[in-house]
Amino acid sequence: MPDAPPVPAIEMAGVNKWYGDFHVLKDISLRVAPGERVVICGPSGSGKSTVVRCIARLETHQKGVIRVAGHGLAEAAPAGEVGMVFQQFNLFPHLTVLQNLTLGPIRARGMARAEAEARAHRYLARVRIPEQADKRPGQLSGGQQQRVAIARSLCMEPKVLLFDEPTSALDPEMIAEVLDVMIELAEEGMTMVVVTHEMGFARRVADQVVFMDGGEIVERGAPAELFEAPKTARCRDFLSRILRH
Amino acid sequence: MSRVFGIVALLALAGCASSQNWGWYVIDPRTPNGWTNVRFLVGGMGATILLSVVAAVLSMALGLLVALPGFSAHRPLRLLNRGYVEFVRAIPLLPMLFWVFYGLPIVFRSMGLSVQIDPFWGAVLTLAISDSAFTAEIYRSGIQSIGRGQSEAAQTVGLTHWQTMRHVVLPQAVRRILPPLGNQFIYIVKMSSFASVIGMQELTRRANELVVTEYRPLEIYTLLIFEYLVLVLVISSAVRWLERRMGADERNG
Ligand SMILES: Nc1ncnc2c1ncn2[C@@H]1O[C@H](COP(=O)(O)OP(=O)(O)OP(=O)(O)O)[C@@H](O)[C@H]1O
Ligand SMILES: [Mg+2]
Repeated sequence: MPDAPPVPAIEMAGVNKWYGDFHVLKDISLRVAPGERVVICGPSGSGKSTVVRCIARLETHQKGVIRVAGHGLAEAAPAGEVGMVFQQFNLFPHLTVLQNLTLGPIRARGMARAEAEARAHRYLARVRIPEQADKRPGQLSGGQQQRVAIARSLCMEPKVLLFDEPTSALDPEMIAEVLDVMIELAEEGMTMVVVTHEMGFARRVADQVVFMDGGEIVERGAPAELFEAPKTARCRDFLSRILRH
Repeated sequence: MSRVFGIVALLALAGCASSQNWGWYVIDPRTPNGWTNVRFLVGGMGATILLSVVAAVLSMALGLLVALPGFSAHRPLRLLNRGYVEFVRAIPLLPMLFWVFYGLPIVFRSMGLSVQIDPFWGAVLTLAISDSAFTAEIYRSGIQSIGRGQSEAAQTVGLTHWQTMRHVVLPQAVRRILPPLGNQFIYIVKMSSFASVIGMQELTRRANELVVTEYRPLEIYTLLIFEYLVLVLVISSAVRWLERRMGADERNG
């Protein structure tokens, strides 16, 4: 008996979004299978953040369907089903690292404190900062803060983890420590959608690279295909600009 | 009656300016009369503090009630907030005080209610209402100063709107709200001197009364200024201590 096709982790079909008159997303269709890693790239203002923010329910769209793990955005969903890592970390500065990690599990999931803390310590170890649990975010380096933010998302054990330029706010020497953690997550089978210009990362982990421009998906394919032999002029232009230096 | 005191005090001050000699004996604690006078004047401190504290607490509560509709998604509620703030903020304290103290009982009587407003509550209500427009604005700007990224992060770890307010936004906003609230408290302490005109026995009222009997306004009002100065210095150092503590908190927990 053949297996039923798995429910996609994310399914976007004909998604359109406007800010007033400005058509920011034009007919976006994207399908992400469980365990798949998708990298989104494209020039500034092309709508990359808007795509992931729509999936995370931080923005609404006007036309089309977005489904996460089979249910639409209008339907109730388990809290923290979609995790998100922001460019600016957005850690809670008034809480300790441990409290940052346990807030969601305790408040949104009703988990017992002891259990939530055990889980938090486990994920802190996974992002390789087990010793920082009692510090405040402000006392950590940028790279450490971003790893805490990743651990904070992981504590909700999300079905999908979204990243919006997670290394763009980091000093060059800290980028690798964050990317290493993300590569490990990918290898463990986490479903990920990553907006990034880190082409090395894309080559290494992406199953699918999506190139956006002007609110549209202009081209998509496996990293080798898209990077070595872009089909469209727009994509070629963009790649030559970011790979020049 | 109370207005008569004010006018007499002003005339006395004018008269004194032309006489051009000091009479500090009137508040010299080494003389029996001076000591009695000083104790009488400082004796208003309790009333000024009580008046200011009760008014400040009421203003903080009222300000929150006024600020909350300002965050509503419903336009009429936001307009209610704006209307209150703009209107109340525009009323000078003295006419508002007369209106509350003399006017409110008449309003209540015309509604068939007999409500007495004594000088203390008249002054408390006036100060609290007048100040609430400012505390409401302090709450608003404090809450708005917490970036959207904080609420978004809270939302992605599953918190509801209310949980986000309670655990993420408000705890951070409080740190930005407390220092300006401290400044407002200083403002209330000074404005409480207006309570003297409706007969509330606080610092300024006592000074006015003593001026009428002693005819030494310059010396007595000088002491009065120092009484307020002491109060304000105590409050502002408390506020700065709070600020330092919270700043330190934010940096290293
Ligand atoms: N709240 C908003 N109101 C109006 N326009 C917006 C809003 N947010 C984003 N935009 C516009 O939508 C377009 C897409 O924005 P988006 O942030 O998704 O781009 P991006 O691809 O992530 O760019 P970047 O690489 O600079 O982050 C931009 O032109 C931006 O100016
Ligand atoms: Mg962006």
